[in-house]
Formats: sequence, structure tokens, C-alpha cells
Amino acid sequence: MSNPVGDPVESIAVSAVGVGKVFPTEKGDVIALTDVDLEVAAGEFVSLIGPSGCGKSTLLRLIADLDGASSGTLEIFGKPAHRARLDQDYGIAFQQAGLLPWRTVGANIALPLELHRMPRADRDARVAELVELVGLTDFVERYPDQLSGGMQQRVAIARALASRPKLLLMDEPFGALDEMTRERLQAELARIAAETGAAVVFVTHSIPEAVFLSDRVVVMSPRPGRITDVITTGLGRDRTEALRESPAYFERVTAVREALHGTPVERANER
Amino acid sequence: MTGHTATLRQPRNRRTDAAGPPAWLKVGAPVSVGVVGLVAWILYVDVLGAAPRMLPSPVAIAEEFVLRFGIIAEDMGVTALNALLGLVVGSLTAIALAGLAASVRSIDGMLAPLIAAIAVVPIVAVTPILNTMFGASSQFGRQAVAAIAAFIPVFVNVLRGLRQTRAVQRDLFRSSAATGTQTFRFLTLPTALPYLMTGLRIAASLAVISALVAEYFGGPADGVGTAIATYAKSGRASLAWAYVFGGILIGLVFFLVTSLLERLATRRPTP
Repeated sequence: MSNPVGDPVESIAVSAVGVGKVFPTEKGDVIALTDVDLEVAAGEFVSLIGPSGCGKSTLLRLIADLDGASSGTLEIFGKPAHRARLDQDYGIAFQQAGLLPWRTVGANIALPLELHRMPRADRDARVAELVELVGLTDFVERYPDQLSGGMQQRVAIARALASRPKLLLMDEPFGALDEMTRERLQAELARIAAETGAAVVFVTHSIPEAVFLSDRVVVMSPRPGRITDVITTGLGRDRTEALRESPAYFERVTAVREALHGTPVERANER
Repeated sequence: MTGHTATLRQPRNRRTDAAGPPAWLKVGAPVSVGVVGLVAWILYVDVLGAAPRMLPSPVAIAEEFVLRFGIIAEDMGVTALNALLGLVVGSLTAIALAGLAASVRSIDGMLAPLIAAIAVVPIVAVTPILNTMFGASSQFGRQAVAAIAAFIPVFVNVLRGLRQTRAVQRDLFRSSAATGTQTFRFLTLPTALPYLMTGLRIAASLAVISALVAEYFGGPADGVGTAIATYAKSGRASLAWAYVFGGILIGLVFFLVTSLLERLATRRPTP
């Protein structure tokens, strides 16, 4: 699949066409996701937002090949999802950090590299870069239970980035954190995504979080899970704290909220 | 006014802050309890002379233990070897079956009622049958009893340990394209190891008790249990008690060794 000019296949990180997922249960089939068309460009930050049961996590798990799609075609960098998983084309982080308690921060970050038999010296060098990137240099030798929730989540992000993936999948990674830690990590993630140039598919149920981070916000709806709207934020690459106070940001937050509720809403009192 | 500032600070390291008693007290307290007990015992037996005939002075027991150490050690060796063989065979069988039960659902279903049945039967009660089955000159009955006794706690703990991996950790290994062997080696096994060690520690004491008590129900005329029964019947109280002391020593060694193993397994490895 050589492509001399432009390499259009490589410029698309995720391509989903007519993707559906059905979970068979004893009471009949449950349609978790139906007819999803989505394209994520390389380096693009896309959030999936919607109420519980809208299939946003299911879609992420399909992209990660943790579950198989029931219908449609799903390609990651032009390859089937299964192939992309084996080739380590993506890194993933979940709501729970899922760190191994008997391994230090450094050894947890190095785990994917160790699984792929990277030589020890290269591994150590890469871990040093990664802890620098997520600001945990002083904590390499610590164990997960000695870290706060926010720090554990940073370790999980560093681990997801270990194999230099061009796609980062995140399933509500900041969902269990307090608001202040959450905002700090959002800003850090925006910086990391810009520095690494990786595309990000980010599942969340926080409207401000989705708007602050994303180039596009994909709004989903339940029963059956489907995409109902896609909102381009057009907020540019510069995601700093000042953005949270800007009128353009509030306008996009309102737009996403209206898309979620289906109708224009009063200026809501939530932030 | 330290109380004022203390309320403002988060009690982050409550675990490490909780200082235990000073070191001299940790050693001194149990030693002084032992000394007081011994003195009371000597007073009751030697000074008051009010003790029943089968309760000799600790001095007499110690003398007998030193004087007859040759034969006592020989019998201790027999009992300890029976317990050790039972512990090793029982544990290995338990680990193998627990591994099978953890990986194949139907085997788990087949084994569960059997394990429950073995767990509630007082194993020592079947000793006379086993002794008759394998002949009065064979140690096999005693070893089998120790093995069955050791089997249960190891099986139950290992099976539980093999099921302690969390969904997020399994997803993570899958998304890292880890092979089944890698997942077992880097995730399932380290998770189960502390459970195995706890099972072994419990099993070690049970194996010694079972091997010793099994000797009361026939079999060859050697071992600590046989000697205790013989000398108690013939009224040689000091020698019977010296053998009891020998039995305590065996149990203590088994317990200490397995406790040490458990501590090594649960200790954080230095990277």
C-alpha cells in the first residue's frame, strides 16, 4: 500500500463507515451503536459526548479492538482495527488508571515497551522522556499507592504514550478526579497532544471538558446509540486557562449543550 | 497550639504516622509474659507441690528433652518429613487444579462441590481407614492426611488469587497486544502470588497438625504423636511433654519459613 504523494491513508487516523454494535442478551439483542460514520484526521482532537448508554465508550472500545464491531467497516490508519491493535498504532487510557501495584511508576510506564521486548537501555531512556512530559520525574521510583488520583492518571497517560502512538484513545480519563485537578490535567493533555502530534479520541460526559480540549465535539444519543451532531469548535491550537474565560469558548459550550438537549436551552446556570 | 494547625492539614500519611510501641517493649512484653508464666508454673509444681502427677516441672521437661534429644529428634524427623511431603504434594496438586479451575469454567463447576465436601470433612477422621488401606508399616496414610489438609487452603486461596485481575488491567494488556503467556506472567501470576503465599502459610500449620494427630490412629510405631501417646499412657509425663515441645518446634519452623516466604512475596521488589 505505497503512496508516494501526500499519503492520504496515513492522514486519516480513524475511519468508521456504517459501524454498529449489537450485544446479544437473554431478553433479545441490545443495539449499543448503530450506523456510525466518523472520520478523525491525523493530529485531530475529537471528543465523544453524550448521556449514559449513548455508546460513546462502546465506540471507543471498537476502535481499540477490545470489542468487535457487528457491522460496518472500521479502519485505523487504513488498517483493520485488529491489525492496528497488534501493530500498537494507538495508546489507551481509562477512567481507572489500572496501574500494577507491585511496579514502580517507571516500571508501569515501561510495561508496554517491555511487552514488546524493547531493550532495557532504550526503555529507560523513553521512560525518562515520558515522566518529564507528564511532570513526574521525581516520582519514578514511587509505587502507585503512594500517588494521588491525578498523579496516577498522569502515569496512565504516560504509559499510553510509551510506544509513540499516533492515536490516543481516552475513556473518561479524568472522570474520577476533582474539578481542580481535572482542569489542570486538561490543560496538560492539550499541551501533550500538541507536542506529540497524536490524534485523540476522547470520551467524556463533561461539556466544558469536551469544548476546552477538542477540535470537534461528536454529540451522541442513546437508544439506539448513534451520532446526532458534530460541532467544530474552531478554537485553535492554543488551549490555555485563558480560553476558559473567552466568549468563543462559552458560545461553543452553549452550542454543544443545545445539541445534546436537541433544542435551544436557556442560558443554563451550570458551567 | 499544634491542634489548630493539625486540623488544617490533611492527614495524608496516617498509616506511617501511627507509631507502634517502642522497640524494647515489642520484645520485652512477650518475654516477660513468658518468664512470669514459667515462674508461676515452677511455683505451682515444685514449691507448692500441688500439681497433678501428669504435669511435671518445666525444668524436668527441659532436662528430659536434652537427655533424650537423640530419640526425640529422630521422631521429630519422621513427623516433619510426613508433614513436609504432604504440604508439597498437597500444594502442588492444589495449584495445578486451581489453575485448571480458573481457566476452564466447567472444571470449576465440577470441582466446587468436591472441594466443599473435602473442606467440611474432619480429615483426621479418615486416618484409620487410610492406615488400614496402606498397611500398618507405611507412612503413606499419614502423608496423605497431611496432603489433603494442606490442599484445601492452597486451592481456595490460589483460585481466588487467579481471579483478582481487574477488567481495566485485562483491557490494558489486550490493547498492548500482549500474548496470553505475557498476560499470565506479567499480570495474573504476580496478582495471585500473595494469595498463594497466604494459602501456604495456613497449609503449613495444618499439615504439621494433621501429620502429628494422624499418628494417634495407628500406623508405624514412630513419630512425635505416637511417642506422646505411648509415654502419656505409661505415665512418663516429662518425656511426653518433651515430645510435645518437639511437636511445637516442628510447627514453629513450618510457620516461620512460610511466613518469611509470604513476606518476601508481598514485599515491594526493589527495581
